[in-house]
Amino acid sequence: MSKQKTSALKVFTSGFIKDNPTLKMLLGMCPSLAVTTSAENGVGMGLAATAVLLGSNMAISLIRKIVPDKVRIPAYITVIAGFVTIVKMLMEAYLPDLNDKLGIFIPLIVVNCIILARAEMFASKNGVALSALDALGMGGGFTLALFIIGSIREILGAGMFFGLVLTKDLFDPAIIMILPPGGFLVFGFIIAFINKVSTLNVQNQELAGSCNISASCNMNCLECASKAKSAVLGSDTVAKKDTKADKAKSSEVSNGGES
Amino acid sequence: MKEVLLIAITAIFIQNIVLAKFLGVCPFLGVSRKLSTALGMGGAVVFVTTVVSAVTWAVYYLLLKPLDLIYLQTIAFILVIASLVQFVEIVLKKFMPPLYKALGIYLPLITTNCAVLGVALINIEKELSFGLAVVNGFMTGVGFTLVLAIFSGIREKIETSDVPAAFQGISIALVAAALISVAFLGFTQLAL
Repeated sequence: MSKQKTSALKVFTSGFIKDNPTLKMLLGMCPSLAVTTSAENGVGMGLAATAVLLGSNMAISLIRKIVPDKVRIPAYITVIAGFVTIVKMLMEAYLPDLNDKLGIFIPLIVVNCIILARAEMFASKNGVALSALDALGMGGGFTLALFIIGSIREILGAGMFFGLVLTKDLFDPAIIMILPPGGFLVFGFIIAFINKVSTLNVQNQELAGSCNISASCNMNCLECASKAKSAVLGSDTVAKKDTKADKAKSSEVSNGGES
Repeated sequence: MKEVLLIAITAIFIQNIVLAKFLGVCPFLGVSRKLSTALGMGGAVVFVTTVVSAVTWAVYYLLLKPLDLIYLQTIAFILVIASLVQFVEIVLKKFMPPLYKALGIYLPLITTNCAVLGVALINIEKELSFGLAVVNGFMTGVGFTLVLAIFSGIREKIETSDVPAAFQGISIALVAAALISVAFLGFTQLAL
């Protein structure tokens, strides 16, 4: 996933489509399902996360050579939590309505896999400028995904788009789409659509493609988690634990792969 | 007693942490392929949400609030959770090896489970008393385990069925989750 030698432009654009954090890598699922009841909420959440990502990526890139390897994850999490607090206070002051709508999902940006994953995969290995670009690209991709999911749910579920009534007499909006089940349903269908499109591009690999997606979700979440844990541990027991976690992970993945 | 019951039913059925609040979706999709792993993860989450509810309540009302440091809530809670999970693991390893063996590999995954931080934040948001916060933490964990167990049963069925190529993997799992979520939506009609 590291792109140390690639051009700045590539770093910036890969987050939008090719490595879209939400739709392709399946990171940060909780907010993508929870706050996408309307396009506006989705974009608001996406921008808040982008702001945190930009701050944390730059700060972590600056301190990457000072922080000892063993305590890096707690250090990263503290940096991230600091930026989340700043964003939360700014939103309370200037965007109180949006802040009320997003509720506890603003503080929960701390445990959003995307932020920690980018810190670990990119910012800890690259310079400040590239890390900032990566943050903008990934944040943009996250915002784009939330915007798409939010738009579909708002149009189908409320007949509105950014609060404007679109479908006055065309059809009765299906309220279920803005209720929790709609989130799972729309996300499931979007991923199926992406699978379909990517299998059209790469023929004969239909199965491989879809398995990769589910495997990468597992891997990334478990990876984040086992890293977080090993960081807190920060001792020789880490290695043992990690291999255990890896075994669990690989058995999970292979179960999926065999099906 | 009535209050306890009310919190229990709300946390397990009406405002289920996964299906209504969308917290902990990652482990919900990640470790729900087999019933045994689902129950192991569920047990670990019940344990941690209960302890975390108690400790974060104390940190908030005995430390942050009197010192006027409420804005440090997010940082304080995530550090409490990370170190607490570690502490729980060490204690279990030392004093309850069988339980450690059963839950061991799931504990590290919990630090980044947003359900745990979510419960801590919800307890503060609802201004629950200490006892009720602990009950809410425990019951939320139970709700998570219940949904995880139901879902793993469904996924074991899906493994053997003929799913269209595009829907294979996580996609069909999300659609199945939508259907369970519809079922749980029925509980919102309970007038409490």
